[in-house]
Amino acid sequence: MTTEAPTIDLTGSRPRLRRERRVRRLFLGAAVTSILISLLIVGSLAGEAWSFISKVDLSSLWDLGWFPRRDMFDIKTVVTGTLLISLIAMVVATPLGLGAAIYLSEYARPRARRWLKPILEVLAGVPSVVLGYFALTWISPNIVMRLNPHAGVFSMAAAGIGVGILVTPLVASVSEDAMRAVPHALREASYGLGAKKATTVTRVVFPAAASGIMASLILGLSRAIGETMVVAMAAGAVGGSLFELNVFEPGQTMTAAMTALAIGSDQVAGSNNAFQSLFFVGLLLFLMTLTLNLISDRFVRKVREKY
Amino acid sequence: MEQANLTQPAGPAPGAPTPDLPVRSGGRAVSVGGVLRKNGPGEAPGTQNSIFDVSGLKVFYGSFQAVAETTMQIREHEITALIGPSGCGKTTVLRCFNRMNDLIESARVEGTIRYHGVDIYGDQVDPVEVRRRIGMVFQKPNPFPKSIYDNIAFGPRIAGFKGNMDDLVEESLTRAALWDEVRDKLKESAYALSGGQQQRLCIARAIATSPDVLLMDEPCSSLDPIATLRIEELMIELKRDYSIIIVTHNMQQAARVSDRTAFFTVDVKETGMRTGRLVEFDTTDVIFTRPHQKQTEDYITGRFG
Repeated sequence: MTTEAPTIDLTGSRPRLRRERRVRRLFLGAAVTSILISLLIVGSLAGEAWSFISKVDLSSLWDLGWFPRRDMFDIKTVVTGTLLISLIAMVVATPLGLGAAIYLSEYARPRARRWLKPILEVLAGVPSVVLGYFALTWISPNIVMRLNPHAGVFSMAAAGIGVGILVTPLVASVSEDAMRAVPHALREASYGLGAKKATTVTRVVFPAAASGIMASLILGLSRAIGETMVVAMAAGAVGGSLFELNVFEPGQTMTAAMTALAIGSDQVAGSNNAFQSLFFVGLLLFLMTLTLNLISDRFVRKVREKY
Repeated sequence: MEQANLTQPAGPAPGAPTPDLPVRSGGRAVSVGGVLRKNGPGEAPGTQNSIFDVSGLKVFYGSFQAVAETTMQIREHEITALIGPSGCGKTTVLRCFNRMNDLIESARVEGTIRYHGVDIYGDQVDPVEVRRRIGMVFQKPNPFPKSIYDNIAFGPRIAGFKGNMDDLVEESLTRAALWDEVRDKLKESAYALSGGQQQRLCIARAIATSPDVLLMDEPCSSLDPIATLRIEELMIELKRDYSIIIVTHNMQQAARVSDRTAFFTVDVKETGMRTGRLVEFDTTDVIFTRPHQKQTEDYITGRFG
């Protein structure tokens, strides 16, 4: 018996194979480009930051305040300003965001949810300039100045509350997703054991969603640290600031310091190092938010593994 | 007849069953070995006391009627099986006994279910009080993502149990025939257990609150035959202290473990609406050997070939 020549050809047409390779390359190109751009940004930041560090007198990094045109690059001023405002923001956003998330996920009837969720998302889409004005013209006189009559129009407190409002929808939305991802079976188990609604929410749903909720808070914090417009407008320190711990005083954040330098709103002639300090602060900011994002990523992955 | 107090308690009401959770007597785990002695024809072994008097029960989801008028009597210290084809409403009926249907937005229940004489759908009744007395085991094992210990302790803790929690956990796990397998890893996550172990954990969790009745919704449907056998042995062991109502798709299981069986079927209207209906309710012996209804016989024999 002889082997017959194969009667069907399964090798596929060459033009089609070539087309598929081309499509593959196209998408690979898109993916590689975005990675390259990220690397480019980090590279330019690091390069300029390095040349700043090597030129500047290191003692100027620990000084009375942040006055770049006078060669005073006090890091603790901008870092403290950033952390204080972010802390105030989280003090506002954590209860508001988690409260909203618990209500939406556990208590709201489907009809109410259909209305409330989009409203929350609209709030998330409010441009931060608008919130900056709101912080300056409403929060400052109506909340901050009532809390402390000695507070000025510009204060870290006003900016912090403004950032908190900005971050609330993010915290609410991510933690609501985490709570809704908790299997219904766990709620039934809890009710089946005679648990009340509040008990079920606090003892079963909330702990089960804990890592997702943690992730939402860290994401919120990282957003608060990186927020620029609200702090540039409401925190008050335009060109520079002395080291300040009182939140009812104006303060300088890393982002606001960078904005001031970049748009030249400080309008002061002086040291040439000032421009490059921008990159140094930028790199610092980048490392802080990167760390926070990596941590929140870990938490989010933990949620995915569980169910 | 003992009157159950299911109203929202503003402190311990006089004459009401004490809300604390006494450890029941006779808590030794005895292996039954899977052997079930059947009683004489037409007789069930339970007491004559009924624990649930269901009358005129109808369940609706929105405008759709899921269960047609059902009237039945569930007795103490018996295992009552609810069987029937998919969509016949047996799970819906089961979930009426501890008001789990309240959790479904559109569900509406008509008629009465008297539990020790008290209508659990009465105006003054707090479903939380109902569920503390009537425990439930679900189709899919649903342990909390907590330790084995905390799973068992959850119910007693929220009910304000003041006694020795370690003892209660050991006792509950022992009764659910799980203690020997988990005694050294009580602090480990319940998710580390196998499916069968998780389901026994859920049973232990349910009995830790010393309920009066256990509702079981196809408790073995996600388990292998060996795990199933263990749960069945456990049910027979548990009925000395509890009354059990079980929904099962497995007719051999109903025949093996239950004392009484309710057969439900599903009526399909021209509109496509499917409503469950109770066809026959009798001792398991009668249902499986000489049912009075043709429909029951068809279902039983169809399945057994």
